[in-house]
Amino acid sequence: MTAKKLSLKQRYEFLTRDLDWEPSYQSADDIYPYDKFEGIKIKDWSGWEDPFRLTMDSYWKFQAEKERKLYAVIDAFAQNNGQTGISDGRYINVLKVFLTGISPEEYQAHRGFAFTGRHLRGAGTRVACQMQSLDELRHVQTQIHTISHYNKYFDGMSEFPIQHDRVFYLSVPKSFFDDARTAGPFEFMVAVGFAFEYVLTNLLFVPFMSGAAYNGDMSTVTFGFSAQSDESRHMTLGIEVIKFLLEQHPDNLPIVQRWVDKWFWRGFRLLGIVAAMMDYMLPKKVMSWKEAWDIYFVEAGGALFQDLARYGLKMPKYADIATKAGEHISHQNWGLFYQLCHVAGFHAWMPDAEHLDWLSAKYPNTFDKYYRPRFEMWAKQEKEGKRFFFNGLPQLCSCCQLPMLYTEPGDPTKTCFRSSVFKGTRYHFCSDGCKDIFDGEPEKYVQSWLPVNQIFQGNCGGATVPEVLDWYKINVGVDNGDYVGSPDEALWNAWTAQRFSEAS
Amino acid sequence: MTQLASITLMHNDAARPIIDAVMADNPDVRVLNMPGAVKLDCEGRLRVNRASVEERMGRAWSPQEIQLVLVSMAGNLEEDDDQFTLSWRK
Repeated sequence: MTAKKLSLKQRYEFLTRDLDWEPSYQSADDIYPYDKFEGIKIKDWSGWEDPFRLTMDSYWKFQAEKERKLYAVIDAFAQNNGQTGISDGRYINVLKVFLTGISPEEYQAHRGFAFTGRHLRGAGTRVACQMQSLDELRHVQTQIHTISHYNKYFDGMSEFPIQHDRVFYLSVPKSFFDDARTAGPFEFMVAVGFAFEYVLTNLLFVPFMSGAAYNGDMSTVTFGFSAQSDESRHMTLGIEVIKFLLEQHPDNLPIVQRWVDKWFWRGFRLLGIVAAMMDYMLPKKVMSWKEAWDIYFVEAGGALFQDLARYGLKMPKYADIATKAGEHISHQNWGLFYQLCHVAGFHAWMPDAEHLDWLSAKYPNTFDKYYRPRFEMWAKQEKEGKRFFFNGLPQLCSCCQLPMLYTEPGDPTKTCFRSSVFKGTRYHFCSDGCKDIFDGEPEKYVQSWLPVNQIFQGNCGGATVPEVLDWYKINVGVDNGDYVGSPDEALWNAWTAQRFSEAS
Repeated sequence: MTQLASITLMHNDAARPIIDAVMADNPDVRVLNMPGAVKLDCEGRLRVNRASVEERMGRAWSPQEIQLVLVSMAGNLEEDDDQFTLSWRK
């Protein structure tokens, strides 16, 4: 007689909650010391359920299959010299930003979910966090493996772990995850599981990875979509956690709303870097940042918050400001990259006429009026041999750590400055959103490691630019500066010339 | 305001029977083709039926296998042995 196959629901019940036990040698509060101090009240941990009902045995099976498929592609890409088939040498710079700015955050997410999986007392939540922790480790590994092939040919990728800890613009993603990981386990779940995974990461992984596919980068689109298949599970964990917290006790609502407001804004600022990558660094374009924002935040986020309104949860504070800033953010950030690429680990350039026309068409309300004239002026200066670099150290926002470059809501010609005084010291912010976050927890943010302030304090290798770049492990004249004239460009041009000479 | 339930799948041979099943089983699906992926949207609710996928795939298929080709989704998920459904509550 063959045993009857268990249904998905039964299997989940047996292999998650049924494996849990009530501790008797130690009190549960001693075993889980961190899940009460944030003020979150949980009446019944069994109220949380993973709708995927994924059990550990299936998890290994599916993940193994994903890895087999991914590594077959990575191997084929390397074997067939796929790096020569990308759309343009400029494209490689998105991988440099990705590897230095995003992959290390996958590792931070792995650490964070390992901690949360250990410290939340519900069995279902613990299992889901454990899986996500393993997923995130898989993501950082597959990204390093994939991009290591490009590292054989192109510059700017080899020192990514040290650069992540030291370089000024990389403190933006680093501080986001440092902030989340030093919060309590529930805030971490709302920060990364909900605000980042559910509300925002589609913007990074879907249109951007589709862009990789369109630009001939078969290996990156494959790790991207392979990671994203885990991401759907993470999004589900994020939405279930929010619903669970709001269903458990009405006192949780104001705490959760504060976290949603905070992490939406921090995520919005962080993803501004992706906005510049999408609008400026992809030689062949899939959609503009604004279009992606409209699909993935206005439309999908709108549907989500309509659904959550029944618990009293509102759209994140400043969501309207973020949507309006979507008309500006990629241009402002690319302007920043262009002016500072001599001190960065990747190359920048001014868009050509065709690219400028695309931007004009995609941003009819803002591009011609505010940004095109500036970019055309910079291009003209370049031609005249007067390439403009910003040669000072930018003032940084004490929350998001980006330079203070963003403009006033409603006036794109005026830089936005905000400040707060805490214990006799004045702190500066790029926006009301960042100021609010600081004002909510000043004791935390006064400890921020702000790269520019650290340079001035003498903690970054020395007082001169070459000393700081040396400490950043940026190979001057190779990794930094303009794409035009770089060794990357010379290599790409040689490959292109070879292709044409062989074809003729 | 509209509330779109949504699923994004890889645009490859393994996902094609699932994409076809979604388009056949859900009226008024909106299709957004991107390089490498396809996003399918339905007002309120979107359902993937095991039976429909199996019919197109020509073999037994568990809704959990959707994870191998899933890129993104929007909506509250309900999954069992016969279906994978995303929906928003009215």
